Amino acid sequence: MEKLDLELLEKIAELHSVPEGSFNIRKNGERLDGNSTEEIRIVQKTDKSGIDIIVAPGVKNRSVHIPVILTVGDFKDTAYNDFFIGEDADVVIVAGCGIHNPGKGKAEHDGIHTFHLAKNSKVKYVERHYGEGVQGSKRVFDPVTNIFLDSGAVLEMDTTQLGGVTFTDRMTEAVVGDGAKLLVKEKLLTDGDEKAISRFRVTLKGKDSTCDIVSRSVARGTSRQEFYSDVIGENGCFGHVECDGIILDGARILSTPQIDAAHPDASLVHEAAVGKIAGDQLIKLMSLGLSEKEAEDTVIKGFLH
Amino acid sequence: MLQLKNICYDVDADRPSKARRILADVSLEFPDGSVTVITGHNGSGKSTLIKLLMGIDKPTSGSIIFNGEDITGASVTERALKGFTIAFQQPVRFKGITVRDLLNAACRKKCSTGEACKFLYTVGLCAKDYIDRPVDGTLSGGELKRIELATALAKGGEVFLLDEPEAGIDLWSFDELVGVFDKLRDKTVIIVSHQSKILQAADRIVVLNSAAQPVVGARDDILPGLTDAAAPYCRRGNADAE
Repeated sequence: MEKLDLELLEKIAELHSVPEGSFNIRKNGERLDGNSTEEIRIVQKTDKSGIDIIVAPGVKNRSVHIPVILTVGDFKDTAYNDFFIGEDADVVIVAGCGIHNPGKGKAEHDGIHTFHLAKNSKVKYVERHYGEGVQGSKRVFDPVTNIFLDSGAVLEMDTTQLGGVTFTDRMTEAVVGDGAKLLVKEKLLTDGDEKAISRFRVTLKGKDSTCDIVSRSVARGTSRQEFYSDVIGENGCFGHVECDGIILDGARILSTPQIDAAHPDASLVHEAAVGKIAGDQLIKLMSLGLSEKEAEDTVIKGFLH
Repeated sequence: MLQLKNICYDVDADRPSKARRILADVSLEFPDGSVTVITGHNGSGKSTLIKLLMGIDKPTSGSIIFNGEDITGASVTERALKGFTIAFQQPVRFKGITVRDLLNAACRKKCSTGEACKFLYTVGLCAKDYIDRPVDGTLSGGELKRIELATALAKGGEVFLLDEPEAGIDLWSFDELVGVFDKLRDKTVIIVSHQSKILQAADRIVVLNSAAQPVVGARDDILPGLTDAAAPYCRRGNADAE
């Protein structure tokens, strides 16, 4: 692997070398390296670009890394990845994509992910997106995530956009079964004239199904963010959506949370708050000796922690 | 030595028709190595005085002199770096910032767990229960006040400004709190309080009295007058903001 590849992999997956166990590293639309095990099989698709990740029932305390890197401009990479998680399995999946665009054109990665979690399985899915490159180059992500949670399944999804992504339009759709849980933590940072759109549509289909979606975003410069969420309660269920945004400079955040209680026992909550950093937070930190800029950075770092 | 010279503070000073005088020509001295408790009725300007000392608000006129240097125009950060340390009346809540993060910011370095624990222990908190908790609405008012004090201790300094440090702290812990002030006796400590136990811990007492000169003296001279039923320092009308 080249130095640039390793730098990108460290940023998005905290990988310093080839991981143990099952993994798949994709570079510029091709498989760069990988390993498949009995417990977590990785199968290259034959009809389109992408992989199937098949976790055997009952597999616990295992992780799988499937990072993607793009190091060329004028390139669009679409990967179709399907995750099949067996009953009672409990695994961590580390995904993410780093783009280094050396040219003026557009480098785009669209991960089309579908999760099928069988009964009582548990997944922690960690995804980081990061972009860098020459001034004026475009780094674009348009991921689509489809989630199907069977009864008692739990998906914990932590997504982070670290910066340097000039445009993103994320779509996450989920159907949550009996007693199943979808827990999402989304962190977004935009600067300059970047734009980020994040959409959620969650159907709480099963009895005692729950979802908790927490989006924390910071918009600087003249960047713009849009957050749309739509939670539909079709059974006795609990859904919570929280969108917290900090705006700095001339940035703008639009938040449109929608909840639809389509069942008498559905309980749905949404909260949204957008504004600049509270003055008393800055003064408190400045009273500890931090400059205004250091205070601002400390608040943002904590907020996106 | 910290001195206030002829300090006036008006709210809405830029709108003459609405302007109200909170502090009128106040001159005070705070000697090194002394604990001064500032007391006075609601609206007498106690918290305003603390904010002026920390540089959060600027006086309408007058000057603030610290060790011979005029610091009236110095910013909050500049004063913090000169050794001014404040514990706010209402501690700020954050999102995602933990107790450890605040202590690190206060120490200007990564505090070791041992050091962080020492500060939390001093204010009566079991460190391992609190160190990684976010400083947000999940903490009670009393817990936040204790963490506020721990942060002030972690920062250190020469002048400690403690605005109603006892608010929200249970009565049983008062002695513990007074013990914290005792640890700072070699510094200039200025406490806003109404509590008799804290007044008793003072070397000097300043009674602010809106629109009149403050009454200043040694604790034993002032305290008897304060506890008399006759309430000699009563509120005078127009000022209701602190």
